[in-house]
Amino acid sequence: MEILVCIKRVPDTSENEINVNRDGTDIERDDLVYSVNEWDNYAVEEAIQIRDRVGGSVTVVTVGDEEAEEVVRREMAMGADKGILLSDEVFNSSDGRGIASIIKAEVEKGKYDLILTGAQADDGAGQVGGMLAAMLDRPYASLVTSLEVIDDKKIKVGREIEGGNLEMLEIDLPCVLSIQTGINEPRYVGIRGIRKTASAEIPVYGAEDLGLSPESVGESGLKVKRLDYFVPDSGEGAEILEGSTDEIVEKLVELLKARGGIK
Amino acid sequence: MVRQVFAYIVHKKGVANDTAFEMVTAAKRIEPDASIIAIVAGTGDDLNMVCNEVASSYQEVWKIDNEALSYPNSEVIRTLLVRILPEQGIVIIPHDTFGMDLAPGLSIKLNAAYLPDAVDIDGVDENRLKAVRQEYSGQVSTHIVCDISGGAVITTRSGSFKAVETKRAGGQIFDKTAQAMEGGFPETGRRFIGVIEAEVGDVDITKSEILVSVGRGVEDKDNLGIVFDLAKAMGGDVACSRPVVDAKWLEKSRQVGTSGKTVKPKIYMALGISGSFQHQGGIKGAPFIVAINKNPKAPIFKVADVGVVADMLDFVPELTDKINEMK
Repeated sequence: MEILVCIKRVPDTSENEINVNRDGTDIERDDLVYSVNEWDNYAVEEAIQIRDRVGGSVTVVTVGDEEAEEVVRREMAMGADKGILLSDEVFNSSDGRGIASIIKAEVEKGKYDLILTGAQADDGAGQVGGMLAAMLDRPYASLVTSLEVIDDKKIKVGREIEGGNLEMLEIDLPCVLSIQTGINEPRYVGIRGIRKTASAEIPVYGAEDLGLSPESVGESGLKVKRLDYFVPDSGEGAEILEGSTDEIVEKLVELLKARGGIK
Repeated sequence: MVRQVFAYIVHKKGVANDTAFEMVTAAKRIEPDASIIAIVAGTGDDLNMVCNEVASSYQEVWKIDNEALSYPNSEVIRTLLVRILPEQGIVIIPHDTFGMDLAPGLSIKLNAAYLPDAVDIDGVDENRLKAVRQEYSGQVSTHIVCDISGGAVITTRSGSFKAVETKRAGGQIFDKTAQAMEGGFPETGRRFIGVIEAEVGDVDITKSEILVSVGRGVEDKDNLGIVFDLAKAMGGDVACSRPVVDAKWLEKSRQVGTSGKTVKPKIYMALGISGSFQHQGGIKGAPFIVAINKNPKAPIFKVADVGVVADMLDFVPELTDKINEMK
């Protein structure tokens, strides 16, 4: 099975506090640690496991600048066979639809049976997979937490719906799925593993290579645009307990006792 | 001409989801005088009950009745909506597991703008709709402007818009089945097999009065002992957020959130939980929430009553010792 996984380089929220910059035009990016979007690791792991069971190959693709290459290498170190970077100045500030159009152009060059994305990203909205599927006229399912290949024509998936229940679906290939966390346990990749992929060639394609007109992507194709970033007025918020650890513990125990929180 | 705003109603067992009444408020934020139309797909008595229920809050209700719609397949619904919606239409959909499945692809098929997961709407200036979204699990917000001249698909976050209270809209119900089925029942490469209900665990956290809930901040399965110790000292049960279940450190039946259990304790201790909206969505009944987190920007502090900025791994054993000392 030929599998394409769409990945994204994002600020790692487990490593960073996210702050708005002084004029509200962006978040403070200077000291941010970037990594692969967490959901994408599950998608790549799933793709590798499917390939190992039924054969075929796994390609990872991302849209971004040259720095995005590092996340492609990381996922190749996990076990993806090929990496592709879609990069062009005119791609900058594309909205979800723009990103989906760019990936669609790449998809149409290959023959992918299965296209996976992460279910969402911290700086996104879980939209590219669904848009891509609709553009390609292929079936789509989001929030997938179980996946079984029936044969080379169909798969069976479980979508996680409200209350932790699973919606079971049979889907014809080729199709597009968004992968939810928890579907597997993504393998660990060390520095040494990543170093091994340092010499792997990662082709870079721009708008012209993909046959995309500059008007269809990036700034000029935008339907949705961010105006600014701000920190919402959060109203009251929590009363933050201050003092030494002993003092805080003391205060907290009093509060809990008063509320019946200690039986 | 009065602008029409459509809302897709999610329902189950003949009852509309709460979001049905929140979307009325969202629609009025787009334009106070808009004509607000509910679209309800389903079948039989359940469908009619939902149509009657929402008619009290919407000026019009468009119903689509077909046996095969007893369980909503988003790919089928997408085609039906494309057939009945006017050009440049604006449609609101709840940002839940169904909306996330339906909305992105619908925006492509309608060639409309897609505004996902709106938590507030400021209004429309000419054809520019201004709204508020959150990013980075709610650590920052953004104003979004959306060109709606070619229509728009908007998903709204549950609980972000106040449910409309007036129940006197007296909406008229129109049967749109014939128009929706023109060209036959939509074909799709995605077939519904069934729903597998979540497993019931050994502890029913939905009944607990005191919950000690743990998140990513626990860092390792081996550190869970301090969480169980605190729960024991307080006489409560251990719950958790999604990353703890994803890592297989605790069973799914202990997960609080929209994709887990909905709990209504009196006391909720959030240990090392950042507090995504999906997690917050599982906490009901206005409990006393104590948040312990080393990131002072964690969204959980916005909804907690009391907060401690500390590493839970250091703080929790101290708290447990103190409680045990007093006994």
